[in-house]
Amino acid sequence: MVKRSKVRVLIAKPGLDGHDRGAKVIARALRDAGFEVIYTGIRQTPEQIAESVVQEDIDVLGLSILSGAHMVLIPKILKLLGEKGIKANEDVLVLAGGIIPPDDAQELEKMGVGRVFGPGSPIEEIIGFIDETVPKLKKFRGES
Amino acid sequence: MINELIERMLKGDKRATARLITLVENDEEKAREIVKKIYSNTGRAYIIGITGPPGSGKSTLVDKLIKKARDEGNIVGVIAIDPTSPFTGGALLGDRIRMQRHSTDPGVFIRSMATRGSLGGLAKATNDAIKILDAYGCDIIFVETVGVGQIEVDIVKTADTVVLVTVPGLGDDIQAIKAGLMEIADIFVVNKADKEGAEATMFELELMLDLEKDKWQKSGWRPPVVSTIAFTNKGVDELWGAINEHMEFLLNSDKIEEKRKFRVGEEIKAIVSSKIARKIGEKMGEDDIAVLIEMIAKREIDPYSAADLVLEKALGVKV
Repeated sequence: MVKRSKVRVLIAKPGLDGHDRGAKVIARALRDAGFEVIYTGIRQTPEQIAESVVQEDIDVLGLSILSGAHMVLIPKILKLLGEKGIKANEDVLVLAGGIIPPDDAQELEKMGVGRVFGPGSPIEEIIGFIDETVPKLKKFRGES
Repeated sequence: MINELIERMLKGDKRATARLITLVENDEEKAREIVKKIYSNTGRAYIIGITGPPGSGKSTLVDKLIKKARDEGNIVGVIAIDPTSPFTGGALLGDRIRMQRHSTDPGVFIRSMATRGSLGGLAKATNDAIKILDAYGCDIIFVETVGVGQIEVDIVKTADTVVLVTVPGLGDDIQAIKAGLMEIADIFVVNKADKEGAEATMFELELMLDLEKDKWQKSGWRPPVVSTIAFTNKGVDELWGAINEHMEFLLNSDKIEEKRKFRVGEEIKAIVSSKIARKIGEKMGEDDIAVLIEMIAKREIDPYSAADLVLEKALGVKV
């Protein structure tokens, strides 16, 4: 297992909704689980998020969206990351949370989101998924 | 891999720069290799330390100062430090929130760092991360410490100019004359100056400084006290002016050389202690230590002599 304190997680809220309780709860829970969590708060543009992923050398990007704009914002973020040479599931694990209908979740997972965690997801499940997936990233396989 | 990253970093690639910072944070051997290779490209950046208690407005002030530095055409780096949990090893780094408007500016590089066990207000790899941002091409690097109390003064070994941010109502004039944090500032800021007691805090600081006349007459620099309301940008021009004045004061005298030599000396000391600690770990097993503990417990040997034995064994020289 990759040591959690060496895994850098960014929790960000793209778009215009200001409901950040969920994002804060996740950030805090991941901190308690031993991860290094960077929290950038609400109303982030996709550009700000992608640039933060670069500068902070992020391994796990957690996006929380409750506005319904996930099918616009998340693909845009994935595209911007791609333009910076950062591939989902290879360089960074992208997770999404919030109010995302199952059909959309499926679509997003096809686009490169590692997993969508809806309301009520147990935090252990999220942590377990990160522990399991992060070692597959290039950085931790020593390839980049 | 490291050579390629350095090459890309020197060409201004932010991703390579970010990865190099991760490497110096995670791996002492790699940190050594990286610093060795980039050292000749460092020494250009001016380093401004921002320190003060939690919630005093350090991040918000840094946000405003980035703007001032950018307006003058500088490439700006920021290292913002927040604490690691001593219990879980986890951290929540939240300084970036206040500065996010700059994150898409190509001339700004912001990096959050966790202390990872360091107690002096900085992270262990802060100095190496500064060197990377310096080699990357930053003209000015802001280093924001963790929220500090009275004794976390490592920033003085790192920054050219130290700005101490305080707020009204933290204590009386006795707090202002205590040793430690109050002694390291080149510039004092009373932030949140619209709060009650701001004038009294300004006055107490000025009074404290007047009592130190000998000190600043010798150094040639009397720290100014600047009042700000970071959130509304009030006083930020004055603060930037004070920082520039201090910068000129240092650069136009041999003070800057003095300061930087002091810093290198401190750095060597820190590297040596960390190396000795590692050597001891390599040379002395748990069993060896257990034997010594047993001897001390039986009063056959005292702790100082035991420590000498440990050093002799680890370093192979009589101490």
